[in-house]
Amino acid sequence: MVTTFLKRIYTFIIFFFLYAPILVLIVFSFNNSKSRARWDGFTFKWYIELFNDQYIMASLYNTLMIALISSLAATFIGTAAAIGIHNMKGLSKKLVMNVTYLPVLNPDIVTGIALMMLFVFANMHRGFFTLLMAHITFSLPFVIMSVLPKMKQLNNQLYDAALDLGASPVYAYRRVVLPQIMPGVVTGFLLAFTLSIDDFVISFFTTGAGVSNLAITIYSMARRGIKPEINALLTIMFVSILLLLIIINNRMSKDSEREDKVK
Amino acid sequence: MKKNWISYPYVVWMIIFTLVPLVLVIYYSVVSVTDNGIALTLQHFKKVFEPIYIIVFLRSIKLALISTAVCLVLGYPMAMILADRGLSKRNILIVLFVIPMWMNFLARTYAWMTLLEKNGPIETMLSNLGLPPLGILYTEKAVILGMVYNFLPFMVLPIYSVLSKTEKHIVEAAEDLGATPYIKFKRIIFPLSLPGVISGITMVFMPAVTTFVISELLGGSQYTLIGNLIERQFLGTMDWGFGSALSIVLMLLILLSMGVMSRYEKENEGGGLW
Repeated sequence: MVTTFLKRIYTFIIFFFLYAPILVLIVFSFNNSKSRARWDGFTFKWYIELFNDQYIMASLYNTLMIALISSLAATFIGTAAAIGIHNMKGLSKKLVMNVTYLPVLNPDIVTGIALMMLFVFANMHRGFFTLLMAHITFSLPFVIMSVLPKMKQLNNQLYDAALDLGASPVYAYRRVVLPQIMPGVVTGFLLAFTLSIDDFVISFFTTGAGVSNLAITIYSMARRGIKPEINALLTIMFVSILLLLIIINNRMSKDSEREDKVK
Repeated sequence: MKKNWISYPYVVWMIIFTLVPLVLVIYYSVVSVTDNGIALTLQHFKKVFEPIYIIVFLRSIKLALISTAVCLVLGYPMAMILADRGLSKRNILIVLFVIPMWMNFLARTYAWMTLLEKNGPIETMLSNLGLPPLGILYTEKAVILGMVYNFLPFMVLPIYSVLSKTEKHIVEAAEDLGATPYIKFKRIIFPLSLPGVISGITMVFMPAVTTFVISELLGGSQYTLIGNLIERQFLGTMDWGFGSALSIVLMLLILLSMGVMSRYEKENEGGGLW
């Protein structure tokens, strides 16, 4: 009895610790005053002004576009790479895998400054395009690490059987191999997408003047004080994530109930 | 299946965007550009080992170690609670635990600035209760708090996943053989969870030692960690040589600590003996 009570208290404290800042963001998104120190009545006006704020809307657009394009590109290049790496042998496989782990082990800040040096060295104009390159680079290893295990589980004989039955290699890959590794591909895509949306450090070093994603915008505001519109935006994001996860969780528990009934 | 060529775009990509940049970092760390041209030099590395910069390194390592220890002490019980099979609504609890990680971490760190401010909610509450003010914003303690807050899930989740997979029978056997709860934890549960603990420690220590955002926001601009030092070389003073040398030392530090951790993990494989 006592231990259950203690466990509840402890869980409550930890969750309070985790959610306190989020609570602050949500509360201040409804604050009438622009100051973050004072509560000055309830308002919805920041939610309306959010959509009129060119700067925030532009960085939101950049964040989403870069996340979408870079994760799609990383998924294509990475899935193809995983298929190739799986068929490699000996030294070349070892070499490629070590290079794959490099950006994962390297601190973000080192990856960031190294890419910045490359872009400056190559005399590239830093902006949307360089951000995209950087995001594809740090997402690729995660796609490969999600797809490779699926390739290992694959039954090679199925591919051979497809060839024996007259399928062309491309057709066999598309209809036999790809469906089997699909869960890994989807995981890789989702990982790449979330990593891209959340990234600050690497973006900070690889972007130029005028182009910023949401994280950079928030960072540049932080010292002067974050606009209440940002709080409104984050509240909208929080509620959508919450709803999404509740829907997924409900579906999954329904599925497992159904499975239990079948058993 | 001889289809290696399908991975060539990736190989080319990684050469251009991973290997070439690293070669650039190494190159800039060992040359000095003067009016007379480019010359090989060790001056940047010598500068890294000057006392004022050694202090910055030691401070970063100290703060990262403290945060890792706090995360372990706070996170282990949480992981145990989450891994408890008898827990009702366990799935929902785990989802709720992960959700904060999906919110932009800069915004959450900024919210801590609001919480800790002089006239902020925490200080107001303390003064209403007649307690002395905390006054930790823009100090070392606030930086540690920020690190613990941001990296706690990285400690809890690996430990949780190992704990939830441990065989129930082993723990039950220990109980049947008369182990007290303390012995049960010390000899059975904790040794079995070591792989999770080790990956948790690595996953907290690495970002903690390299961060520059948390120290910038919660520590105030005068509070310098390695990350801040590197950032300033590239976006402030533009001393690429020194910045590159710092980055290489930081990389070696990370690789070294990862090497130590993985060796420790191997030694503990097998019997799980202390």
